Amino acid sequence: MSDFKLNRRGLLKSGAVMGAGLAMPTVFAGRLAADSHAYLNAPTGNTVTLGFNVPQSGPYADEGADELRAYQLAVKHLNGEGDGGMMSTFSSKALKGNGVLGKKVEYVTGDTQTKSDAARASAKSMIEKDGAIMITGGSSSGVAVAVQGLCQEAGVIFMAGLTHSNDTTGKDKKANGFRHFFNAYMSAAALAPVLASRYGTDRKAYHLTADYTWGWTQQESIAAATEETGWETVNNVLTPLTATDFSSYIAPVLNSGADVLVLNHYGGNMVNSLTNAVQFGLRGKQVNGKNFEIVVPLYSRLMARGAGAAVKGILGSTNWHWSLTDEGSQAFVKSFGTEYGFPPSQAAHTCYVQTLLYADAAERAGTFNPCGIGEALEGFTFDGLGNGPTEYRAEDHQCFKDVLVVQGKENPTSEFDVLEVVEVTPRAQVEYPADHPMFAGGDLGSCNPGA
Amino acid sequence: MDAVLLQVLNGLDKGSAYALIALGLTLIFGTLGVVNFAHGALFMIGAFCAVTLNRILNINSITLDPERTDFLGNPLQIKTPYVEKWFGSFGSWMIEYSVPLAILLAIPVMLIAGMVMERGLIKHFYKRPHADQILVTFGLAIVLQEIVKSYFGANPISQAAPSAVAGSMDLGVLIGFAENAIIYPYWRLIYFAFAATLIGGVFCFLQFTTFGMVVRAGMADRETVGLLGINIDKRFTWMFGLAAVVTGAAGVMYTPILPPNYHQGMDFLVLSFVVVVVGGMGSLPGAVLAGFMLGILESFASMPEVKGFFEAIFLPSIDQIIIYLAAVFVLLTRPRGLLGRKGVMED
Repeated sequence: MSDFKLNRRGLLKSGAVMGAGLAMPTVFAGRLAADSHAYLNAPTGNTVTLGFNVPQSGPYADEGADELRAYQLAVKHLNGEGDGGMMSTFSSKALKGNGVLGKKVEYVTGDTQTKSDAARASAKSMIEKDGAIMITGGSSSGVAVAVQGLCQEAGVIFMAGLTHSNDTTGKDKKANGFRHFFNAYMSAAALAPVLASRYGTDRKAYHLTADYTWGWTQQESIAAATEETGWETVNNVLTPLTATDFSSYIAPVLNSGADVLVLNHYGGNMVNSLTNAVQFGLRGKQVNGKNFEIVVPLYSRLMARGAGAAVKGILGSTNWHWSLTDEGSQAFVKSFGTEYGFPPSQAAHTCYVQTLLYADAAERAGTFNPCGIGEALEGFTFDGLGNGPTEYRAEDHQCFKDVLVVQGKENPTSEFDVLEVVEVTPRAQVEYPADHPMFAGGDLGSCNPGA
Repeated sequence: MDAVLLQVLNGLDKGSAYALIALGLTLIFGTLGVVNFAHGALFMIGAFCAVTLNRILNINSITLDPERTDFLGNPLQIKTPYVEKWFGSFGSWMIEYSVPLAILLAIPVMLIAGMVMERGLIKHFYKRPHADQILVTFGLAIVLQEIVKSYFGANPISQAAPSAVAGSMDLGVLIGFAENAIIYPYWRLIYFAFAATLIGGVFCFLQFTTFGMVVRAGMADRETVGLLGINIDKRFTWMFGLAAVVTGAAGVMYTPILPPNYHQGMDFLVLSFVVVVVGGMGSLPGAVLAGFMLGILESFASMPEVKGFFEAIFLPSIDQIIIYLAAVFVLLTRPRGLLGRKGVMED
């Protein structure tokens, strides 16, 4: 063991080192050492940088590309370029088209690859190297939960993109994280009554479920909601996220006694499992004296297009659809469609809205400090951004708004026209208490400004 | 019993795809001694030949329907494919049957792609270690899939089977089972028949033609065949092209089963390598046998009853690891693989 001698110089050095160490936030110590502001990455010039973390490669790259288009459009509108999109229909009038708090909005992008590690690494890089003050994006709940955790540790705001797991604003909720997108519970609450009225209340359901956080909460939610209407859950088989051919999972369904197949799958999994299910003749068969039915609880237009004719007539839910006729949705569709030549996806919509909501919160709070922005968003009620009046609930940072039940269109007029809205479920029907058992176990904690 | 038969059929179907890819891989390894990690990409390119032909056949003229509007409120564009305009019902038939017709496109495309790949890149790595070959072919696979992604996007692209064979049939009733006991899609039966024919064709080609005889001789002793004045390198290049055609055709016919996406090749590649190793490196019958066996094994492991049994003995997700467990078992007990020659994998 080395000798330990205390002298004046040593004491001063140790004190200085300890003081600096205590002053550092846990993750981004290096950057903050030279930053005397009260929160991480406080913009000092006449620009502010946002970090758009989307899947630019991997199986959700098309969805990521649509998200990025929406983000770019939002930046354009915030900086006063283009037609302003939903800024003109947004009930809050804090945004003036002159950037945010007088600073021009700039952005950096990262590639999540739909992998939690890669997503965290790219978010970390955008925060540390590019000085991003807010991170947004993603198209997987696994990624969202991981990046939300990182943003909480770092001390920046995370405006979730496409994430549908109950856990994101349930057991994994964080004070620095906010979600505009709906969740599995809300999908189930909207869908179950429609299923009961269309297919009856004495159905037997067989579930195939993607084996990760989103799949588990989706299955739990839809099983609970349908069982409340009288349905019985015959079986739930977990399928690997990496599975491509689902025929061996689907083949036993017809002999299981079930008369409904619920596909708790998304993305490529959904495309393949639905294609397989239709190939195996599940539709058009009679079981228990009823027509066999397939349900896809979470739809995405981009994915539905991949499944082609297989989606016809199949019910599911979605956060938003371009055919909505409210003023805000139409303004966004016009703006996006004129810019890119095709209608936006629900992922594009939620990402665009999240950017506007962040910017608006900063304007109203008069600061980019995450704690100020958090305060401005908590309990914030707004309208004009699609889906009717919406509230960012303070207790869990989940948005509550109307939920759409959609159906694969029988006679599409174009490749974009694959889904039709069959019901707009009012917010009251999909709302739940913040301490609902499916969302229990987490702690929102307190905001972290990174300093 | 009916559930077991159904999984056997499923396994044969998956096994058909594995066997066809593994057959191509084995042809290349057996002739050129190259471990081709870009082989999955050839399957994917084959699948995208079907997508491309479908798009070519759907090139259209546009007229406006003033009574209906598109998503921006403009008059709706009605797209009429030129082949329908020019050839009437024959044009519609071509679009309907675009998947099987795509084989005609895939044959020259895959032949050229395979031969260019071999002459342009892989021949420079014959004398390099296997690790170098793996790196360069894996890199090539990534380049190819990124090119496909940039043109076609990342989402799967639905390719319908001809409507006459798009449904499924009640196989169970034919063999005395109850109604709905064994429902099986027509196209999967077609795929199995196609794979069996193609595999048989390749074996006959190698067995009964002079070209095949020389190639087999070259596989056994390349130097001696060369000393007889036969340009064996040229024949091996053609064999590379043939392997690409077999794999590409397998990709074309697989499109109605699973919508193709740019990552499809990678999804199949690892499994196909396992198939080749289990079957025995360089053994064509081994590749086919292992393809079908592992396909069936994978299907059984996905059955709820089997999954439940293994979960009860603390082996969850058996469906994801069964193939690798089987590979470990085969290689431990028979390192040369099921039908492999002694000396390739063991001394």
